[in-house]
Amino acid sequence: MNKNKEKLLNSRYRAEKRFQFYGKSAIFLALLFLTIFIFKIFSTGYTAFQKTWLIVPVTFDAETMYLDENPSKEDLKDADYFDLALQTMFDLDKSASEKQQNDLKRMVSYFFEREIKRELLNDPSLIGKTKDVYLTASDDLDQVFKGNYPRDLPEDQRRVTDYQLKIFDQLVEQGRVESKFNLSFFTYPDSREAELAGIASSFMGSIFSILVCLVIAFPVAVLAAIYLEEFAPKNRFTDFIEVNINNLAAVPSIVFGLLGLGILLAVFQLPRSTPLVGGITLSLMTLPTIIIACRASLKAVPPSIREAALAMGASKMQTTMHHTVPLSMPGTLSGTIIGLAQALGETAPLILIGMVAFVNTIPGSPLDPAASLPVQIYIWAESAERGFVEKVSACIMVLLGFLIIMNLFAQIIRHKFEKKWS
Amino acid sequence: MNLVIFIFIVLLGFTSYYFGRKKAYSIQATNTRLTALPQFYGYYLAIWCAIPAFIIYSLWAIFEPSIVKLIILSDYSNQGYLDDELNLIYEKTKSLSRGQFSGEITPYLETSAEKYLNLRSIAQNSKVVLILTIIIASIVYGYKRISSNNRTREPVEKFLNAVLFTASLAAILTTIGIVFSLIFQTIDFFKVIPLFDFIFGTHWYPAKAFVRDASEPLDPSMYSDTFGAVPIFAGTFFIALIAMCVAIPIGLMSGIYLAEYASTKVRQYAKPLIEILAGIPTVVYGFFAALTVGPFLKDIGTAMGLEVSAESALAAGGVMGIMIIPFISSLSDDVITSVPQGLRDGSYAMGATKSETIKKVIFPAALPGIVGSILLGVSRAVGETMIVVMASGLAANLTFNPLESTSTITAQIVVILIGDQAFGDPKTQAAFALGMTLFLVTLSLNIFALRVVKKYREKYE
Repeated sequence: MNKNKEKLLNSRYRAEKRFQFYGKSAIFLALLFLTIFIFKIFSTGYTAFQKTWLIVPVTFDAETMYLDENPSKEDLKDADYFDLALQTMFDLDKSASEKQQNDLKRMVSYFFEREIKRELLNDPSLIGKTKDVYLTASDDLDQVFKGNYPRDLPEDQRRVTDYQLKIFDQLVEQGRVESKFNLSFFTYPDSREAELAGIASSFMGSIFSILVCLVIAFPVAVLAAIYLEEFAPKNRFTDFIEVNINNLAAVPSIVFGLLGLGILLAVFQLPRSTPLVGGITLSLMTLPTIIIACRASLKAVPPSIREAALAMGASKMQTTMHHTVPLSMPGTLSGTIIGLAQALGETAPLILIGMVAFVNTIPGSPLDPAASLPVQIYIWAESAERGFVEKVSACIMVLLGFLIIMNLFAQIIRHKFEKKWS
Repeated sequence: MNLVIFIFIVLLGFTSYYFGRKKAYSIQATNTRLTALPQFYGYYLAIWCAIPAFIIYSLWAIFEPSIVKLIILSDYSNQGYLDDELNLIYEKTKSLSRGQFSGEITPYLETSAEKYLNLRSIAQNSKVVLILTIIIASIVYGYKRISSNNRTREPVEKFLNAVLFTASLAAILTTIGIVFSLIFQTIDFFKVIPLFDFIFGTHWYPAKAFVRDASEPLDPSMYSDTFGAVPIFAGTFFIALIAMCVAIPIGLMSGIYLAEYASTKVRQYAKPLIEILAGIPTVVYGFFAALTVGPFLKDIGTAMGLEVSAESALAAGGVMGIMIIPFISSLSDDVITSVPQGLRDGSYAMGATKSETIKKVIFPAALPGIVGSILLGVSRAVGETMIVVMASGLAANLTFNPLESTSTITAQIVVILIGDQAFGDPKTQAAFALGMTLFLVTLSLNIFALRVVKKYREKYE
């Protein structure tokens, strides 16, 4: 009898242990996913911050550029650099056949002409002399150099030819291949060529959208929250507004995209693909988030503050505007930043209003067509070229960096400035 | 020009604040008792100065283009033009008047462009005159009211109250906007496609609707068997199911562990870490699913001799499940912590172990709240877009094999609407009809879930 009891007790304890183990492993699994996730993004993305350059000797021959003896600055600007650039690449292997010459040309980006031109414009005295110029390597060679591209595939299955690899290896041996920090990733707009694609256009698009979103959502949300928390009479209509806000907070983001498409673009005829429309759409989405955060922080201001102000003869409006609202600002601001961070990561609604268009200029205002960082991630992820994979991860790193900064900022505001009432 | 007027009004508003206040001070200086603080007189005057002008300004901005258009196009009436052609003529006129027109310039067009420019300048001038008159009149009125030592606090506060109230209508307006943007297109869609075919049809092939000569009238028979939404409803349900299979056990168990077992220190770190998962943008999850999880599952499948699509429902659903873990874990954590301590103490006093207490006492007590949190998770899964667009297929297969690719409502909306859309095309309308379905489904899930959670809260408060 006693033994039975002990057995039962032991099995109950074992069940207890098992249950705890399930709980621990659930948390472990969740954190494991997070780790794998971040590791994967970083390990594929960090190489994108380096860019491979070929250092090629360029002979600035006046004749190849169809220039006179003493060209003016204007002449230099208008000169034809294409033949010079081609000649430079062909000179890498003087015995190259026509097909091989084509391969040689494709070892660098199509910006090579511009890169050579920039060099000469910086120093016009180079004419007739030879100088080493840094040329952006094509993205396939870039990937080879970073070790992301398997070299042992049969030739017809890879985009780099054996010939290109041979020349490239020669260059590497001569120390003519260099890897430097990839500044152009941050300063160039999007491009079809992976080695030239940058996030500048989508970054500006994101900034403009978020600004439009902030300008619209913040005042409206704060005013609405003040009304609902401080002034609204308790009646059916107020309840209706509250139900609306709670439901809007849970409406899938893509529905807001349909709203932007069906109302902002179709009815109001606002310009397609612009951060203006994107920002308005996002502001409608963040509105409930900010309202809820602002109401919570207004609610946290103790009634004694209000009573004291009222007792001093302040009107209801004065009490609210001079005392309650300023005291609730830290909570409101951190809620706003978190709402904006959500908006910054949003993709689906922006795709529907056309911010997915290929934009290779940097937008200068919210009325210029643009993409945004998450949409850029989507665009690059959909393209097949290998060079874009690391770009996507790098873009994700930039985006996550911004989200982390915004969230930290929200935390700091909350902890530093929020008064603890107790 | 418009910007100048706008800035002018704003500046005038600010200056009139100072004038109003100054006036109030000067009244005060004569030892007359004011009925409000001096700055209220300033606000009062500023409101009188700026608001009527703004109202006129915005009304003008809204109605001017359509009135001008009416006048211009009245020349072309009774000539048998269609609406589209009239619109085209108007656009041509506008671009000609800006000097950007590159097509053939007919004399008619030239007269219209001239008339357009003329009208615009008349409109602009009369707008400036009207706004100035309004401003002067309202300032004079406001200023007079101040001098008679009027009560100004009440009207100012009433005005502010009205502003606050208007702001709170934004939420309702957004909801109305959503419903309006969806409903008209949806109704048009169901005029062509019978509701029955949409709900019970088993073939979803919207690309077929694209192969159509736009000039020919719609032929409904052509669309039979094109917009049967069963495959995508099934796909949506199926992927959400896979997601919940991942999210419920992990989310619920970690919620329980955090609420009942974890020390404050573990809780302090583990909870925000898990919540990071909720802050990662969905497009990032989509990339992760498409690049890492999809090929990984495919490799495993091939090694086991299974046919696995690189864009399997399992990859999309699994990653979506990871995304939903934090929603379920933190909501169920909240729900479990709010179960009264008395229930726990009672159970321990009877000799139950901690896990028995959780399983037999706390869990049943917290069940409504947990169900609510799961429903909210389901509504997330149904509305999630980017993961499915990037990681699952875009062709709507009617399948319940997790290793094959399938599509969802959200993915189809994106597929249809990406790029250029032609309103009035059944294909575009289909996307809105899907959006309507999605809106209604998530709305009812949310309302139901919130009601369940609310009922539960009331029980213990």
